[in-house]
This record gives sequence, C-alpha cells and structure tokens, in this order.
Amino acid sequence: MNETKISIKDMNLYYGDFHALHDIDLDIKANEITAFIGPSGCGKSTLLRSLNRMNDLVEGCKITGDIRLDGEDIYRDCDVNLLRKRVGMVFQKPNPFPMSIYDNIAYGPRTHGIKSRVKLDEIVETSLRHAAIWDETKDCLKKSALSMSGGQQQRICIARALAADPDVLLMDEPTSALDPISTAKIEDLVLELKKDYTIVMVTHNMQQATRVSDTTAFFLLGDMIEVGDTESLFSMPKDKRTEDYITGRFG
Amino acid sequence: MTSEATKTTGTAAANAKAQPKKMYGRTKARVQKGLVYAAAVITFAVLLFLIAYILINGIPHLKPSLFEWTYNSDNVSMMPAIITTVEMTLLALVIAVPLGLFTAIYLNEYAKRGNKLVNVIRITTETLSGIPSIVYGLFGMLFFVTQLHWGYSLLAGGMTLAIMILPLIMRTAEEALMAVPDTFREGSFGLGAGRLRTVFRIVLPSAMPGILSGIILAIGRIVGETAALIFTAGTMAQIPGLLQSGRTLAIHMYVLSGEGLHMNEAYATAVVLLAVVLLMNALSALVAKKLTKK
Repeated sequence: MNETKISIKDMNLYYGDFHALHDIDLDIKANEITAFIGPSGCGKSTLLRSLNRMNDLVEGCKITGDIRLDGEDIYRDCDVNLLRKRVGMVFQKPNPFPMSIYDNIAYGPRTHGIKSRVKLDEIVETSLRHAAIWDETKDCLKKSALSMSGGQQQRICIARALAADPDVLLMDEPTSALDPISTAKIEDLVLELKKDYTIVMVTHNMQQATRVSDTTAFFLLGDMIEVGDTESLFSMPKDKRTEDYITGRFG
Repeated sequence: MTSEATKTTGTAAANAKAQPKKMYGRTKARVQKGLVYAAAVITFAVLLFLIAYILINGIPHLKPSLFEWTYNSDNVSMMPAIITTVEMTLLALVIAVPLGLFTAIYLNEYAKRGNKLVNVIRITTETLSGIPSIVYGLFGMLFFVTQLHWGYSLLAGGMTLAIMILPLIMRTAEEALMAVPDTFREGSFGLGAGRLRTVFRIVLPSAMPGILSGIILAIGRIVGETAALIFTAGTMAQIPGLLQSGRTLAIHMYVLSGEGLHMNEAYATAVVLLAVVLLMNALSALVAKKLTKK
C-alpha cells in the first residue's frame, strides 16, 4: 500500500449560495491513479480544481475543511504558485500557448526561475520524452505548438505540466476531445507516468477508469458516494446508486 | 422493378411540383446577389473616385519646392507640417497608449466582475468616445492652453489628442484582451505563473494584433484631426518644439483651402496625407505580422 499523498477532510465547497461539494473525505495515494467518475455537474471537476486551487480564480467560491498535500494545508501553509508547481494540471481541451513547442515546455521552468539555456534544453527534452512525444517533435521544436494535431497538442500539454517538475498531476477529462487512437496513447502514457507521479483523473468514460485507474471515487450531486479500489468498485459496488450508474441506468 | 419505377415517377412529380417555387427562389437569389454585388461595387467606386480625384488634382502640383524645410508666404512648403504630424502622432500615442492599455488590462484581468469602479470607467469611456472633437479642442484650449499657460503648443495639442483617442485605444484593447481564450490563462496559472507573468507573457502577445489595430485607428484619427488642434496647437507653419505651435498636414490643408490662395498646394498636401495614412497602415500591418509570427 502506498502512502497518502493528498488527504481531504470534511471539505465543503460553495459557489456563492450553491453548496457544490458536501463533506468530502478522501485520501489519494502516492504513485497511483485515482479516477473521479460521476454524471455531469456532480462536482468531480470542482474537487479536482480545488486540489491546485484553480477555484481561487472563480469569484464567490468558498472552501471549508482541510486539504493536505504531504501533510501541508494547501489553503493555509502554501504559496499558491508553488503549490501549482507541485500539482500540475492537464485540461479537458488541449491548450498549448500560441508559441513554439520549445517555449511552451520551457514556460513552467522559466516561470520558476530557470534561465540557463543548457538546463532548459535538457528539461524540454526529458519532458517531451516523458510525455512520449519527443520523436514527433524533436525536429520541429521551433514550430508553433498550435500546428500539431489535437492528440499531439494534449501530449505537449502533459509535457508542459511535467516540465514544471510536479509531484502530482491533475487531469480533467484529458481525452474527451480526442479520437480513440490519441486516447489510447494518452492512456498508455498515464500508466507509464504513474511510476513517478501521483495522478488524479476526472473521466466521463467508465471504461477508461477501469483501464487505467487503481482507485475510483464515484460522485453524485456533490456527494462522494463511494470510493474503493477500481476492480471491486466496478465488480461489486456497495452502494445502490453506484451500481445504477456503472450499469448505465442513469448518467 | 416496379417499386423503382414508382420511385422515379414519384421524384419526377415532386420535381414538377417544386418547379415554380424553385424558379421564384432562383430569382430571389439573383436579386439578392445583384444587390450584394452592387453594394460592393458602389463602395469600391466611391473610394476609387475619391482617391483618383485627389491624385489627379494633387500630383501635378507636387513640386520639390513643396518639401523645402521652411514655409513662407511665397512657397507654402508642407515639410514643417509633415514633421509636425509625425511629432504630434508620436506624442499623443506615447501618452495615450500606455494609459489606455493598462486601464484595459486592469479592467479585464484584475478588476472583479461587477466592480462599481469598472462600471464607472466603462460608462465614462463610452461617453467620451461619443463626444465631437471640437469639444475636446475647446477643453484643451481652456485647460492646457489657458489654465496651464502652455499656449498654443505641440504639448497642448498632443495632450488633447491623447484624451481624444484614449477611449478608442482602451476599448479596442479591452476587446482584444477579452478575445484571448480563458484556457490560456488557466494553462499559465496551472503551471504556477502569477497574474503579472500570465498577463505579460501569454495574454498580451495573443491580444497584440487587436491592440495594434486599435492603435492604427487612433493614428488615423490623429492624422485626420483638425477641430481639436486649431485651438490647442495653433496653426504656425514651423517645426515646433514641445511648447511651440505647429500645424499638422490636416490643419495645413484646412488653412490653405480656407485662405483660398493655394488650392493646388492643398490638393498636393492631400496626396501626401493619403500616402502617409497608407504608409502607416502598411507599417502597422507589417509589425502585427512580425509579432504574431513569433
């Protein structure tokens, strides 16, 4: 059993008057892939975005309770920019910046003060290798990242997140905008990355959750209904609502 | 076999039925197409006529003597006016662009939504952009020229123009910033970049073409402006220092045609003004292209 990387305790989240997440208690283990599943609007993305404080950008968003990363309270003890360096994020739609592939990858390290050309070259190469896109990009690092295909762009975004040297990688439906082949590539990549990173992934696709994740948490209308290791959650769910959802009775 | 036969007759019948409606639709489409073409042709023709008229009347009078360094009543050289135009444009832009741009950045990137101050600033700019330029001229004369004792001067004119183009620059910049997708900002924040870095490294470069097109529009207004300048920068035909009076090309034209003694030279000036505007547009298009390529 791996040690706990992120622990969430009695966490409640409000958007203005709307109570979006109720009393969430969840431990996320290091070097595992944790999947959040549930129907649209159940709060799974909201919870994901609380883990690197992206919800700070949303006006009227209030969070109570405790979220700890390696024992540190991320809302009280941490500088938000350093937190986001440690907890990288990959978004639903590939969002490379409108600049060259090299500059995209180097953006994170540059932000955190790395200026040496040699060092940057090295980081760019290892990150792209790590994200399994080095072979496709090594001859065109100066080309605009927007000229690549959707699947390649998403892997560039993963490389960009890795370049900032995070411990945790949050992925918000990273394949929902991609075709099956690109999706398969990203899934393989995620399985590979689990050795070095803790991964939390939101997905709409239950097959994807069974294929890649170790632990799955099921959410419904702002409650976390059930959490368990993926195999047993899908084969013998404890809660009726989980069963209804994974057998396709709603959602 | 039979079913196929009925099918073909069926479609034929449907075709026959649809015929009159189709004919009507076709004429309608033709009329619409005709109107669209006519509008395009008329617009183009008016523009072409205007330019041709100015060129035909102006070019024969473009003499080297019109570009001599000094102006006198005998040789109404436009060289001082050309230089004043450039000076005036630069001065107004140097004041208005940073102000307008940073206000837009504040409104779009920093201010909270529904902030009272933001609404006040927005309403103010909307109002300012609807005011006729002579009002700016009057204000400039009363405040800069008289109150601050700057006299008719490049500085007073430049400040007046800066106030005049400020709303334009601000609004185009704001629109350009708004058009930058939020996913870029999220991506940058997600990598641990602060707001300042996000704005300057990601948002501004993406918005640059839009911001530049606003600046081009502003240049167009400055170069063509007369009403706001007559009472602030005066009409002296010289190359002015900061606190001296000078006339831009547009004012030069206005004065020449007002006096009625040098109509030919006024047309020649119009040709140069046209060329200056074209040149500036081409230049800014080039700059925009260079910037977006990166």
